[in-house]
Amino acid sequence: MSEGDLLHVVASDNIGPTRRSLGLALIWGSPAVLALVALAQVLQVWGGYDFGFTNWRPTLYAYVLYAAALCWGQVLVKGEQGKRILFVLPAALFVVSLTVFPLLFGLIIAFSDWNLSSPDGRQFNGVANLVQMWHDPFYWNALTNMVWYVLAILPEYIVAFALALMLNAEIRGRKFFRVAFLMPLMLSPVAVSWMIGKSMMETRFGPLANLMKHLGWAEPSFFSSPWIAKTTIMLMDAWTFIPFMMIMILAGLQAIPKELQEAARVDGATGWRAFWEVTFPLMLPVSITSVLIRLIFKLKLADIVINVTSGGPGGATDTVTSFIFREYRDRSNVGYGTMLAMVYLVIIIVVMTLLMKAAERYMKSSY
Amino acid sequence: MSAQIFRDSAADRTFRAKWWTGRVVIYALLIFWAIVALFPIYWTMSTSFKMAPDVMKGSLVPWWDFTPKWLGWKSLGLSPGTIFEPSTVRGEFLRRFYNSAVISGVSSLLAVALGSLAAYGLSRFSYKFLWMKNADISFFFLSQLILPPVVLAMPFLVLYKELALLDTQVGLILLYTLSVLPIVIWIMRDQFAGIPTELEEAAMVDGQSIWGAYLTIILPIALPGMVAALILSLVLTWNEYFFAALLTSTYANTLPVMVASQTGSQGISWWSMAALSFAAILPLIIIGIGLERFIIKGMAAGAVK
Repeated sequence: MSEGDLLHVVASDNIGPTRRSLGLALIWGSPAVLALVALAQVLQVWGGYDFGFTNWRPTLYAYVLYAAALCWGQVLVKGEQGKRILFVLPAALFVVSLTVFPLLFGLIIAFSDWNLSSPDGRQFNGVANLVQMWHDPFYWNALTNMVWYVLAILPEYIVAFALALMLNAEIRGRKFFRVAFLMPLMLSPVAVSWMIGKSMMETRFGPLANLMKHLGWAEPSFFSSPWIAKTTIMLMDAWTFIPFMMIMILAGLQAIPKELQEAARVDGATGWRAFWEVTFPLMLPVSITSVLIRLIFKLKLADIVINVTSGGPGGATDTVTSFIFREYRDRSNVGYGTMLAMVYLVIIIVVMTLLMKAAERYMKSSY
Repeated sequence: MSAQIFRDSAADRTFRAKWWTGRVVIYALLIFWAIVALFPIYWTMSTSFKMAPDVMKGSLVPWWDFTPKWLGWKSLGLSPGTIFEPSTVRGEFLRRFYNSAVISGVSSLLAVALGSLAAYGLSRFSYKFLWMKNADISFFFLSQLILPPVVLAMPFLVLYKELALLDTQVGLILLYTLSVLPIVIWIMRDQFAGIPTELEEAAMVDGQSIWGAYLTIILPIALPGMVAALILSLVLTWNEYFFAALLTSTYANTLPVMVASQTGSQGISWWSMAALSFAAILPLIIIGIGLERFIIKGMAAGAVK
């Protein structure tokens, strides 16, 4: 984005001293209120005073008040400039307060020994959680599984591309096929895990099991051996998310000017060659975007695993998220689970940054 | 008529044959994938009308190899015979449905409101906050997308416990808004970038303030994009399971949590499970069929620059 405003606003700001001081009073007064309320609450918890608070809600209300006063104060003090800030400020405040604070809080939790079911409460334990993680084969197993799940994006991408090409071809009933292909994306993963994982793959009379029997698999069981179970989960996840990539790629295909393909045809490129040398290179930016976004969603994969296999057999289908979910749910092991999540976040950030940098460099060099 | 004089040359005829095989292959593949995509939905819907023996036999076609019965819907209290009688299951289902509707609706609206304002600001003015310029602020918003929910889950569980927000609709609404906000900003940034700034300039020459220009001129133009963002958010929030499973227990449960809890219990019958699953996905199927245009528009917005 270029520097300087795209929209030039010339406004004579006539900010009188009363308005200005009111604004400043709001901007500085509201955090004072917030601090007072928070202090009172802290004193009640640790100082032994009793102000009659039952929870931390008053501090929350004071924080919301502070946020509102900050927004309003901007306009009062800065006039036109403040009105511009007002566009972005609410969203920024919202995101910061809902991610930055919890993340900082999460860091504290991550370095503590905290089991919700034990009466001791939270105890700071330094890097003990990291050490435990290092020796936890199940966490490493979950991470390795994630690598496999991520690799499954490639075949998904190929199928999605093929579907998009077919939808982009001259066919009848395009709208019907587009809606039909889109459907899996609309379904909740939880419902999908029952509909497909639990009922269609039921070994005795599920239609998929029956189909497999017809195809020569004597006793189809989709979740008993590690690799078959993993593949099944991959397929179910692919089924829900292929439409997502398909639509992004389809949008890209439709944005390619028709002249380019016609010119290629005039030059004698047909079928495969036209695809590989014209369409595919033109689709690279869209492809990279769609794969990266798919990757982001893939890294959050959990719902299906939690509901179909609970990570079994023997952790073969576990994702990091489902593993940590069970750590919370079954063992209430808050401190350790948070540490695992934090490590996962760091890994994701590093990998995504590297990938994005690589994609950027690659895109630059190819133009 | 006499004998045919003009004939296609041999080369033309092979071309025709090739064209026809191409057609057949394309339609065969399209139909195959349509079956792959739709069969699970059909299976769920038809199972909700089956009796136990029909399920065991794996019957597929109604009225031909099984007779549809309202069994599954009766157990939900939603069949024609039971709809006017009191039913605890139906009460439970409707409560969860209501929770899902309120939570996903409010959080999507909130996300679209906050997100489109931010996207508009970022597409029109240059900001500077500490070292962060526009590109950095945009990146800050979009980077929230890579934050895996599992990282936020535990801090929020503890925070919400202290704030008495556990198992409340407000608690989930806040989190869901946060989780779809980056997507909304992404879509809306694209939308606003396509609207020429002359429009607001003209409005401001006419004496509108910048907010007036935004509300009266820009908002109506960007409305289709906002609808696209809203629907995409609705889909994502309606289907969300992870946070709902961790942060709600009895009062604010959403539909996916109800479906999941029923899946776990072995005693539950297939037909009622099928009815429940189908009822849970039905709203989105309707949205998908009716508003497919907007969904595709929303997802395409980010892809093509």
